[in-house]
Amino acid sequence: MKVKAKAKNGVVKVKMLLKHNMDSGQAKDKKTGEKIPAHYITDVTAKLGDADIFHAELGPAVSKNPYLAFQYKGEAGGKITVSWVDNKGGSKSTESVVK
Amino acid sequence: MNIVRRDFLSLATKGAAALMAVAAFPSLVFARNDKAFGAHNLADAVANRYPGMTAADSDKITLKAPAIAENGAVVPLTVKSSLDNVKSISIFVENNPAPLATSFNLGPQNIAEVSVRIRMGKTSNVIAMVETDAGLFQTKQEVKVTIGGCGG
Repeated sequence: MKVKAKAKNGVVKVKMLLKHNMDSGQAKDKKTGEKIPAHYITDVTAKLGDADIFHAELGPAVSKNPYLAFQYKGEAGGKITVSWVDNKGGSKSTESVVK
Repeated sequence: MNIVRRDFLSLATKGAAALMAVAAFPSLVFARNDKAFGAHNLADAVANRYPGMTAADSDKITLKAPAIAENGAVVPLTVKSSLDNVKSISIFVENNPAPLATSFNLGPQNIAEVSVRIRMGKTSNVIAMVETDAGLFQTKQEVKVTIGGCGG
């Protein structure tokens, strides 16, 4: 996953691209005709140091390889940690320095 | 008896202080609202996400969405709001199998502007709801979908 955080005029814009299939549970396997079970990211959290600065709850309607962007009041420097968990217990976390 | 009473008062005060501390630094991470995400129609999804609240139309919310989405699998959306003290932003797609697409919890440190890419099964109203201290507000836009993005 990619996380970019950029400060400008006291506002930090954070953009992230998460790598996940986001199977909605609606699609069928083209070969077997069976439904592909739902497997998607449910929660995305961003922390600046120890403080929560963003939390998103996702449903299966979010596109494959989710793109999310949010903003907060802040300056360059400091480390943002973005982590996600999916409905099957998978998780991933990545750090990025605010530029 | 006095000691018991003193203990009780002391505990009560500490408890209240702890509660106040929580209120002053709210965590953004709540238990996931599975009921709202699992709802199969718009009214149920909204009622579970924002129980007891009715959304008022507001021109202080901007929903940036394509008028026509050629590919329903990737519909880019941006929601902006100039309302004060935004606590959360939720995006509902009326005609999706599960209307609640995503929900963002924000705090005083955030600027109320979020972007996300979602799937849309067919042409539908997209509704952006913004929760603030003053209540629930919404704006909506119809997005026409040429190729649905839920199946495959």
